Amino acid sequence: MDKTVADLATAVAGIEDGMTVMIGGFGGAGSPIELIHALIDRFRATGHPKALTVVNNNAGNGHVGLAALIEAGMVRKLICSFPRSADPVVFTELYLAGRIELELVPQGTLAERIRAGGAGIPAFYTPTSFGTDLAKGKPVEEFEGRSYVRERWLKADVALVKAETADRHGNLTYRAAARNFNPLMCMAAAQTVVQASHIVAPGAIDPEVIVTPGIFVQKIVQVSHPHQEEDLNRANATYPLEA
Amino acid sequence: MEKLSNNQIAWRAAQDIVAGSYVNLGIGFPEKVAQYQPKGHEAIFHTENGILNFGESPKPGEEDWDVINAGKKAVTIRPGTAFFHHADSFAMVRGGHLDVAILGAYEVAENGDLANWSTGPRGVPAVGGAMDLVHGAKRVAVITDHVTKDGKPKLVKACTLPLTGVGCVTRIYTSLAVIDIEGGRFVLREKLPSISVEDLQAVTGAELVIPETVADLIVPEL
Repeated sequence: MDKTVADLATAVAGIEDGMTVMIGGFGGAGSPIELIHALIDRFRATGHPKALTVVNNNAGNGHVGLAALIEAGMVRKLICSFPRSADPVVFTELYLAGRIELELVPQGTLAERIRAGGAGIPAFYTPTSFGTDLAKGKPVEEFEGRSYVRERWLKADVALVKAETADRHGNLTYRAAARNFNPLMCMAAAQTVVQASHIVAPGAIDPEVIVTPGIFVQKIVQVSHPHQEEDLNRANATYPLEA
Repeated sequence: MEKLSNNQIAWRAAQDIVAGSYVNLGIGFPEKVAQYQPKGHEAIFHTENGILNFGESPKPGEEDWDVINAGKKAVTIRPGTAFFHHADSFAMVRGGHLDVAILGAYEVAENGDLANWSTGPRGVPAVGGAMDLVHGAKRVAVITDHVTKDGKPKLVKACTLPLTGVGCVTRIYTSLAVIDIEGGRFVLREKLPSISVEDLQAVTGAELVIPETVADLIVPEL
């Protein structure tokens, strides 16, 4: 079994207009910037994919990565918990102009909705958001004297994920707090596309330390020295990056 | 009117954290609480994005941007640090495993309702982990200035801003006092010695219950 693909363009080839795309990361940590940039390249060359629904904790920062995807006009709707950042100008301007839709979800509920989507659980109850504006219209039930809000699973057509090491079967490890939403999104998408800093032979990762088992992964592409969003933003970079 | 600085409010809140507690500090002002842990009584800090037992900020130029806190500031790892994904992180939060969450506030109501995520319909709404954190931690405390920048009470009869959580706050550390929420009332526990109960009541938006003993709120210069 070998899930590796030759290049980034091949890795993002299956993403079509109107799809729901989960993108891993929390701010810049764990953000698959090179996969996002490859998707932008395709859009600039072909006009597709567009009208995407993107699921991410945030709404991008500066003019690279997710912010650049939004700036390119490829995103119709964003599902996230915190669409603010040090430099949120791209999302903010589109949102205030009514040109991008926002579904705001509490962070833990977002994580659990994605986990539920991957685990085949269509709905669950959580105390989070009970009695607030974000619970409006959602069923409430009492358990052991406390009120809980019913939330639904979240699934995607594609997940774009950043891992540290992958083997050719798709078993993954992550680096530090770059893990965040990535393992959950691997489970919740019909097709999970991974960029990994290292690709090794099956057996080279200790089975005890694998975080995402390969069953949740469909494609792997090697990006040996990935950009870090914070470094790009500190250099005031804009995508496409200067050579 | 004399009042405590943000550092002093953070210091006071830190004194109540029992050694070995698992603690989440909200982004911004509450992050200051970490630096005032009494020596030998250190707590273990949790950040929503998947680190338990992180350390201080690194020196400029030594940041590892895969080791950040919920405010996306660089932190460090230390002996005993653990990494985990977001579903595990919020299982720690909602599952009742955290001992304390310390959060900022726009308004706190006498029944424990908290408003700290939205100032109204204008602008871009953002909630992050605030609505999760108010549920599950065994103790939810607020640190805040006693009044708004315009001098209006932040401790109120009922919140006017969108709620973060219902009936969730149990203790408030303000720039003037320490107040518990018990039975749907504000109960005064400590106040600055230079301020009278009447002065404090005048800047509080709901009735203060005054028990027999109210301690002096004594905080070092910081």
